[in-house]
Amino acid sequence: MNNMSDLTVIISTILIATGILFNLFGCVGLIRLPDVYNRLQSATKCVTLGTCSILLGVLLRYGFINTGIKALVAIPLLFFTATVAAHALAKGSYRFGIRLGEKSIHDDYKDEHDQDKKE
Amino acid sequence: MLEILLYIQTGLCAFCLYRIIRGPTIADRMVGLDIFGILVVGICAILTILTGRTFILDIGIAWIILSFIGTITLAKYLENRKLNE
Amino acid sequence: MRQSGLFIISFIFWLLLTWSAEPGSIVTGLAVAAMSTLFFGRYYFHGVKKLLQPKRYFWLVVYLFIFIWECIKANFDVAYRVLHPKMPIKPGIVRVQLNIRSAFARTMLANSITMTPGTIAVDIVDDNMYVHWIYISSEDPVEYTRKVSGRFENYIKKIFE
Repeated sequence: MNNMSDLTVIISTILIATGILFNLFGCVGLIRLPDVYNRLQSATKCVTLGTCSILLGVLLRYGFINTGIKALVAIPLLFFTATVAAHALAKGSYRFGIRLGEKSIHDDYKDEHDQDKKE
Repeated sequence: MLEILLYIQTGLCAFCLYRIIRGPTIADRMVGLDIFGILVVGICAILTILTGRTFILDIGIAWIILSFIGTITLAKYLENRKLNE
Repeated sequence: MRQSGLFIISFIFWLLLTWSAEPGSIVTGLAVAAMSTLFFGRYYFHGVKKLLQPKRYFWLVVYLFIFIWECIKANFDVAYRVLHPKMPIKPGIVRVQLNIRSAFARTMLANSITMTPGTIAVDIVDDNMYVHWIYISSEDPVEYTRKVSGRFENYIKKIFE
């Protein structure tokens, strides 16, 4: 029994550490990448999955009781809110007038945007 | 071990603060703010294990929703305000 | 009664969140779920029958495994692009054709695309979805439609439509 709970603690700590490593990648992307859309990409993906991994660690630590279930419920909530916020930010910043960075090679959305402006 | 991880996670917020302060456009600042909100949820989750109090996780869940509403509001505001007109 | 899908889901959410079977808590949950259905039910999917078809749950489980695998792949992809000293990125926005009708299924597809490697959904206009792609690997519309949404479209159709 004691062995078993030790193993659970170790695995949950490993999950939390993995999540923080992914968070680190996302934050480095936030600093290094050139324009706002690329930053949004790296940051949203990495930080969301990293935080989900931390919450899974909490679930494993507490088991399927009150606290653990709360952590489990927070995971889909985080997924939906983070992705929808990313869509809104990307669309909002394009409509605001921020163009793609210099490295970009392709832009289909421009036509649609110009059409909206004329109306 | 968990204390060290908590310090690292808190240190990651500095990256977001750098982007909020230095961001060339307003959209960069908002991306930083959005990511900052998600990092705080991670801090809440680790604090739940460290202190053993359940209500901190509730604060995290409430924080997810509040940060979502804030980001959506700012994005909608941005959408209806043109830069070059 | 066409809108009670939201009522059921939000009530289950409340039960999971509070994790208690006291009568007061359950009554409060019922009241809050009814209120949220009253205000926001028309934005949600219609028809409760979809919740009762076991085939959809089977495909949901299959889809979840694929989705989690793609998520993990996406993270290593981003880590590779960020940590590489030269940053191998070729970003741009591409137009992708959609084969899905209902608004709810389209939302789920956009969410899935956002969490998969290198892509983030920007907007949906009529039948086209505009996707920001961090590394555009081909210029052919058919090819990149298959690469961006082909993995998920069939599953989403089976689950949510």
